[in-house]
Amino acid sequence: MSSTTATAGAVAQARRTSLHRQRAWTLKASYAVLTLMVVFFLVPPFYMVMTSLKSSAEISAQQGNPWIVQHPTLANFAELIANSNFQTFFVNSVIVTVLVVVISMSISVLAAFSLTRMGFWGSQTLATGVFLTYLIPASLLFIPLFQIIGKLGLINSFWCLVLLYPTLAVPFCTWIMIGYFSSIPRELDEAALIDGAGYMQMLLRIFIPVAMPGIIAATIFAFTASWGAFLYPLAYLYTTDQMVLTVGIVSDLIRGDVFQWGKIMAGCVLAAVPPVLIYAFLMDYYIAGLTAGATKG
Amino acid sequence: MAQVSIRKVVKAYEGNVQAVKGIDLEIADEEFVVLVGPSGCGKSTTLRMVAGLEEITSGEIWIGGDVVNDVPPRDRDIAMVFQNYALYPHMSVFDNMAFGLKLRKFPKDEIKRRVDEAARILDIQALLERKPKALSGGQRQRVAMGRAIVRNPKVFLFDEPLSNLDAKLRVQMRTEIKKVHQTIPTTTVYVTHDQVEAMTLADRVVVMNHGVIEQVGPPQELYHNPATRFVAGFIGSPAMNFLPVRVLDDGGLKVELANGVKLAVPPQRVDRYGPYKGRQMTLGLRPEHLTEIRDTEKPNVVRIDCMVDVVEPMGMETLVHFFIDGEPVCARIDPVTHSAPNEVLPLAADLNNMHLIDNESGKVV
Ligand SMILES: Nc1ncnc2c1ncn2[C@@H]1O[C@H](COP(=O)(O)OP(=O)(O)O)[C@@H](O)[C@H]1O
Ligand SMILES: [Mg+2]
Repeated sequence: MSSTTATAGAVAQARRTSLHRQRAWTLKASYAVLTLMVVFFLVPPFYMVMTSLKSSAEISAQQGNPWIVQHPTLANFAELIANSNFQTFFVNSVIVTVLVVVISMSISVLAAFSLTRMGFWGSQTLATGVFLTYLIPASLLFIPLFQIIGKLGLINSFWCLVLLYPTLAVPFCTWIMIGYFSSIPRELDEAALIDGAGYMQMLLRIFIPVAMPGIIAATIFAFTASWGAFLYPLAYLYTTDQMVLTVGIVSDLIRGDVFQWGKIMAGCVLAAVPPVLIYAFLMDYYIAGLTAGATKG
Repeated sequence: MAQVSIRKVVKAYEGNVQAVKGIDLEIADEEFVVLVGPSGCGKSTTLRMVAGLEEITSGEIWIGGDVVNDVPPRDRDIAMVFQNYALYPHMSVFDNMAFGLKLRKFPKDEIKRRVDEAARILDIQALLERKPKALSGGQRQRVAMGRAIVRNPKVFLFDEPLSNLDAKLRVQMRTEIKKVHQTIPTTTVYVTHDQVEAMTLADRVVVMNHGVIEQVGPPQELYHNPATRFVAGFIGSPAMNFLPVRVLDDGGLKVELANGVKLAVPPQRVDRYGPYKGRQMTLGLRPEHLTEIRDTEKPNVVRIDCMVDVVEPMGMETLVHFFIDGEPVCARIDPVTHSAPNEVLPLAADLNNMHLIDNESGKVV
């Protein structure tokens, strides 16, 4: 009797250690893969920062390790910031992006709310339709959109981007918001209705605060889509005064076959500052929102 | 301050599924009415129509002397407590309770006074700053009730408010709800599938089944004089025993069990059951009317011997399960009486409390 219990104990012990070993192995493997990914993704930014701190002479010099700066200088940054073209690009980018984020988020939050909660005739079909629009590749819309923008007389005006980007961002943002709003229990709206809230109050005082993590995810998407877009400004804008950062840096700092690598990289570093700041700030908020346990009171 | 009238109310969902098939119910001011019935019988739908959360297909609902068919929920002056609490997760307990008052533009000090008062009644003063996620199930339920109380509405509506709590807490909160109703008498409609909750809380119980009302009445009346087989079987735990019988005249009116045992109908019931002579009926007898044989015998108590199948000691009583001609039967006996499986136990059937059910209509005759 006692011997059987002892065997059973040993088996349980063995199982536990094998589980433990399996877990340890899984952890090591994931760390290895993650490290590889981090290195892979951080090499280009690292090289960008290094290059931006070099003088043109150092960049074109053949000797020395290209990954390390020998004589760091902020000359590239100073010249760029003083450059009025660069200032214009930056301001244009900021105007376009802020407007795009505000417009896209307003439309998608309102759309998602009405699609999930108002239950009007055809709302289901419309919700699916919204998602299907997102599946159409943006580059396919390129020529039809060019014609529309042309008819509107907005070619070579950054306002065309304010009009265009939301058409790309809204479907996806709406889709994210539909997911979040659907996860909010219906009783919450009913409680609010009985408490005396109208649809607008329900949206502003219940849905938006509860769905904050989703709103932040969608905002980050809209921001990234607008700030980093390259194809549309390249095709639709051509004068310096209307140009945005992405295309502006490249077109302004590459003259013929002369690449001003130091300044190009400095421009990229500066262009990367707003996204990094926003990610850092919103991510904290995003995680705080998640742990604040939104749904299921 | 408010009666509620439900008149010929029908609710049909898409596909012409009738969830509520034309019900009538008058609820008096300050009355506590419980809608009870099995899952899917239309209780919630009825409650939600009173709340204004569900449109009425036909019929009328009156609250405090006004037809409210087309009045939105917020203007009906009602408060509702949901099964999953439905607290606003991003607001503190205080704000959860104050939300309705803020929307109605109450002055700040009045809001604070009312919330403090409700918190005192529900004993949640210490929790006012917390968020819902930092509360236990019972505390959340209290907050949900507090949110209803502060509004001082004409009608309280509860939809299975205790179903998410564990058994012990459920009993405790049940008492709590009853106490709140005694402290602040307000017309209340309470939905539950638990007949014990219904019996203990209600001034009047409304038993629903398949979208119709089977019977309305005070708990005791429903228990002792069920109108239908459904009510007879639904109210009471363990449930009433049902046995097929034939009514016959064999030197006095008798019912004959399937195994041939004949039981004399008590004289006071002979006129009532006489017309059913020769018919196949169902005998209903509650477990507590099937007991051990006692010394002081009353009239119309007959002896039935049973072959015990399972014995369940409950402490204050013992449940004995056996079969009469294939039909399961339960008896409640005194714990001191000896009983063991596969032994013959003589039982006393108190026919003064028998029910006779018409098999075709399902009505108790
Ligand atoms: N939105 C709906 N659409 C269609 N049928 C519904 C809907 N809500 C409830 N029902 C049906 O109506 C009947 C009654 O539902 P309900 O009132 O929720 O029952 P319960 O008594 O369990 O609260 C059920 O058969 C249910 O399937
Ligand atoms: Mg229900």
